[in-house]
Amino acid sequence: MSGPPGVLAAFQHVDAAVDAIRAVKELGYRDFTVYTPAPNHEVDKAVGHKVSPVRLWTLFGGLTGCAAGFAMTLWMSYDYPIVVGGKPLGSIPPYVVIAFELTILIGALSTIAGLLFHSWRTRRKAAYDPRFSDDHIGIFVPAPPERHAALRQLFIESGAVEVKVEG
Amino acid sequence: MAAIAQPERVTATPTYREITRDIVATLGHPGRLYWIALGSALLVLAIGAGALLYQIRYGLGVAGYAPPVMWGVYITTFVFWVGIAHCGTLVSAILYLFRSAWRTAVYRTAEVMTVFAVLTAGLFPLIHIGRIWYAYWLIPYPNQRQIWVNFKSPLLWDVFAVTTYLIVSTVFLTVGMIPDVASARDRATGWRKKLYELVSLGWKGTDQQWRHYLKAYLYLAAFATPLVLSVHSVVSWDFAMSIVPGWHTTIFAPYFVAGAIYSGLAMVVTLLVPLRRAFKLERYIHEDHFENLAKLILITGMIVGYAYAVEYFIAWYSGNPFERSAFWNRAFGDYWWATWTMIVCNAFLPLLLWFRKIRRSIPAMFLISLFVNLGMWFERFVIIVVSLSFEYEPFAHGHYTPSWVDWAILAGSFGWFFTWFLLFAKNFPMVSIAEVKEIIPMPRRKEART
Repeated sequence: MSGPPGVLAAFQHVDAAVDAIRAVKELGYRDFTVYTPAPNHEVDKAVGHKVSPVRLWTLFGGLTGCAAGFAMTLWMSYDYPIVVGGKPLGSIPPYVVIAFELTILIGALSTIAGLLFHSWRTRRKAAYDPRFSDDHIGIFVPAPPERHAALRQLFIESGAVEVKVEG
Repeated sequence: MAAIAQPERVTATPTYREITRDIVATLGHPGRLYWIALGSALLVLAIGAGALLYQIRYGLGVAGYAPPVMWGVYITTFVFWVGIAHCGTLVSAILYLFRSAWRTAVYRTAEVMTVFAVLTAGLFPLIHIGRIWYAYWLIPYPNQRQIWVNFKSPLLWDVFAVTTYLIVSTVFLTVGMIPDVASARDRATGWRKKLYELVSLGWKGTDQQWRHYLKAYLYLAAFATPLVLSVHSVVSWDFAMSIVPGWHTTIFAPYFVAGAIYSGLAMVVTLLVPLRRAFKLERYIHEDHFENLAKLILITGMIVGYAYAVEYFIAWYSGNPFERSAFWNRAFGDYWWATWTMIVCNAFLPLLLWFRKIRRSIPAMFLISLFVNLGMWFERFVIIVVSLSFEYEPFAHGHYTPSWVDWAILAGSFGWFFTWFLLFAKNFPMVSIAEVKEIIPMPRRKEART
């Protein structure tokens, strides 16, 4: 794998991984990567990210959808005026249904766009091991070669089952 | 902890490694039963496709339409499949918001069912309009007639609701699958590895990925929940917004939504029973899951039963002679057998689920689910066909008998649905790997040492 140089550790025990994450953070590393096979609150907490900005995409997508729904139906009603069933040309109540559906459609799609965008923006080059999608927690810390020995020692002490030095 | 009280459960809890192994194993070579099922589905699909081509060639006259019944088996089947679709989102989104742990083992199946059921349902309005090649007229697009669609029509609301539902449920399914497909990717070889690489979008389960993913999934679930309630409400307004006796009631939206979830749950049971056997998932989908599904079937079934009773009561209590005669006709007219099939299958048979033995018996659940499916199809048939055949003046009353084309296309819809479902089940994990793991705590050092 042609990632950056660093140390990759595999853990089987969640508390060991959490200890290691805390220790790595204590040493001042911020650009490390943690792999978990399933979402895990303890690991989440130890890593300590802020709330994902994806929620803003959801909000603005939903609002755009709602506005688009009303705008489209009203504009189309007046663009070629046909009176249907004696109702006013622009009847808000039936258009609520369209606006509601578009709120959800565009809100959901923009959530996905936000997910893709932020995952892409926060991606990092890091070593990976297929065990991390099975039953191991992985931690990769990018570091220049002279720090590898210290990191290796740290991981072994916190209870890693395997430590690999990359590059 | 509850688990301590049940030692047999403790030993039965699979480890992460076993979960990955067992679920990835379902992607291997399915048994002979699978190929027989797929072959039969394709055969039935071919029959339906043949009937559809025949109808396209000779026109809608070959279907059984007889004035005043101009909505028949196709619209019935449309409502039936849209209804089936509803349970998937209930299990995956609503139970997700309620943090219900048991959903993890069954929700993928329910979601896959949802996507393919909407895909099936969406065909029927197109088949029903006859000139299928004009289907795009439903979409508001700039055209040389400079005319737009009629947004005041419930039929157009339907176009928006069903399309949105198809897109959002597909997105929900594919996003939910990303971590599992990544897990399968790490263990696959050959063309499957390529496929999973593509579908998993470079997922590695990093802290950043999970951080964005979990938020996105939460909001998708929060969107899917009102969506699922709206879709069948909109479908019910196709009927309730008109003034046909038997259709024009305000109870329709909640009644349809409850019925939809009810039929969908029954379909989930119908699908899970053979699936769990074929893919050896007994360890992940066990009696507890069926019992929980049974409880949901019981409650929605009782709401449906209550709605039937209210409908009849209001028909009598309203004092409206048209309503009264319409409901009298349902129970004792030409189509009495359809009405009673629906009442027995939907309102009475599921009451057996009050018994714990039946809830936990897989053959009994399978049988009941088949009857509920049957009953729910007839419910839509009764609402649509029977109401229309007895519209307003006795002079105009008519009788509708579906033709062989109707039946063949109805059967073909099952072929279409099962073909997709079976192909999907063989190639993608039908139980969520990451979510089943999520509800099982990871091992700790402290425990491991003692």
